[in-house]
Amino acid sequence: MSDLRDLYQDVILEHSKAPRNFRELAAANHKAEGFNPLCGDHFTVYIDVEGDSIRDISFQGSGCAISKASASMMTQSLKGKTTAEAEQMFGKFHKLVTGQSPANSEPADLGKLAVFSGVSEFPVRVKCATLAWHTLHAALQGKQEAVSTE
Amino acid sequence: MSTAAEKLTTTSQGSTTTGAARGFDVEKLRRDFPILEQRVHGKPLVYLDNAATSQKPQAVIDAISRYYEQENSNIHRGVHFLSERATEEYEAARSSAQEFIHALKPHEVIFVRGTTEAINLVAQTYGRAHVSAGDEVLITAMEHHSNIVPWQMLCDEKHAKLRVAPISDSGELLLDEFVNLLGSRTKLVAAAHVSNALGTVNPVRQMIEMAHSRNIPVLIDGAQAVPHCAVDVQELDCDFYAFSGHKMYGPTGIGILYGKSALLEEMPPYQGGGDMIASVSFEKTVYNRLPYKFEAGTPHISGGIGLGAAIEYLKSIGMNAIAAHEHDLLSYATDAVSEVPGVRLVGTAKEKAAVLSFVMEGIHPHDIGTILDQEGIAIRTGHHCAQPIMTRFGIEATARASFALYNTREEVDALVRGIHKVREVFA
Repeated sequence: MSDLRDLYQDVILEHSKAPRNFRELAAANHKAEGFNPLCGDHFTVYIDVEGDSIRDISFQGSGCAISKASASMMTQSLKGKTTAEAEQMFGKFHKLVTGQSPANSEPADLGKLAVFSGVSEFPVRVKCATLAWHTLHAALQGKQEAVSTE
Repeated sequence: MSTAAEKLTTTSQGSTTTGAARGFDVEKLRRDFPILEQRVHGKPLVYLDNAATSQKPQAVIDAISRYYEQENSNIHRGVHFLSERATEEYEAARSSAQEFIHALKPHEVIFVRGTTEAINLVAQTYGRAHVSAGDEVLITAMEHHSNIVPWQMLCDEKHAKLRVAPISDSGELLLDEFVNLLGSRTKLVAAAHVSNALGTVNPVRQMIEMAHSRNIPVLIDGAQAVPHCAVDVQELDCDFYAFSGHKMYGPTGIGILYGKSALLEEMPPYQGGGDMIASVSFEKTVYNRLPYKFEAGTPHISGGIGLGAAIEYLKSIGMNAIAAHEHDLLSYATDAVSEVPGVRLVGTAKEKAAVLSFVMEGIHPHDIGTILDQEGIAIRTGHHCAQPIMTRFGIEATARASFALYNTREEVDALVRGIHKVREVFA
């Protein structure tokens, strides 16, 4: 049960039940769709970028608790950040959930996103945790095609 | 074998299996499957993903090892001792399969890689020869992607139309709609015997009769039926019947396409190569006789032999005994799982086999799967390669427990405890 609690932390469950910024963003000038064909998870990420900073960000779609909470917390932590900072955080987040963060170094700069460290013990769920981030990346790159985790 | 003798065999089998079902010793049978002894995350393995693939009994594992240790050689071409023995074993497996599905002739049994290849073979040979612009292929709304996509590809190529017979909210085929869709342009019907995502058993006998009364041939996807019930292709009168070895306790990479002789004879070959020819010159190739016309190249010899061993294993238990045991498990599980608050079953047809698909309010199937896995319970979550069914039910995925001959009521109890745990985590 302790293992499961590492994955399903209260913050994650809470975000999955009441996701933040869960809406379409009318003012969005960047937008992308992301799929996980293995489980059918499907999200759209909307970003309003002004200059090089993220003025607003939101998402819509459906997926498991991990993918939804990850999307929700991603939008929270990226509001006001520059696009370069966002890409950097994606890199750190990816390292965190794949267990590649240096040992004993609390990824302080990831803030609340550190609750996803438990995902690294569940390799099949890494794609769930990173789906929204891959979609964000595609949106920032202005890719027209939907991204897929496969 | 005469029809009368066949009937007699069926009857006597039927009466013995009633006794066998009563004396069905599941604990003894479990010992035939070495993989079931292991623990997963510290808990005894509860394997309920049998519709994806079943586990293999020692008899199958031994048959494959024995082939590689003692008989390995190429078949149908060697004059030497080993080749003769391997050929004999491989062909014996074909005869076992023939008897198992009650095909009239051994050459009506074609070895393929699995159900998917069997369906593609028919689409690419029979389909391409008979389907033209404006024609129709009829499938049902509960097909696996492997019985949708090959027909879509064929219809795209030929500018033909894929028609889909709808299903009810409980997951039953709407027979009236099905029969209405059988038209003068319908060139083939392709339907699942048992739905992999819902467990629905289709009234295939009736469907075949309806199609035949309009001279339309029928392919049955039997991947989810053959492991669970006795199949008699002559009694069904189907034109093609496709199934996989690995879902019926045999190895992966081997399966069978049954086809009626007359149809197979007139069909063009599928792949070209060795073994499928009688003679080759640069001017003209004469194709081999059945079944070899459809078996180009060195086949999956150990797979065929392994499948033969799986069939002999199933015969030794009796399909009616297995069906009775699994029916008991399914109804026990249906009652127990549907009693859990917040759980809804997907697929509640009157006739079902071995599959329990469900969703939980506010909890994604993927999360159910992870939490059950921590309890040592293996189920499948997702769209089960049947996305149109998910769309039909307005969902994206389900959690699916599927049963085999070695599953027990205690394992169903473990599943129910696991589902309660899922509720706790998400409470």
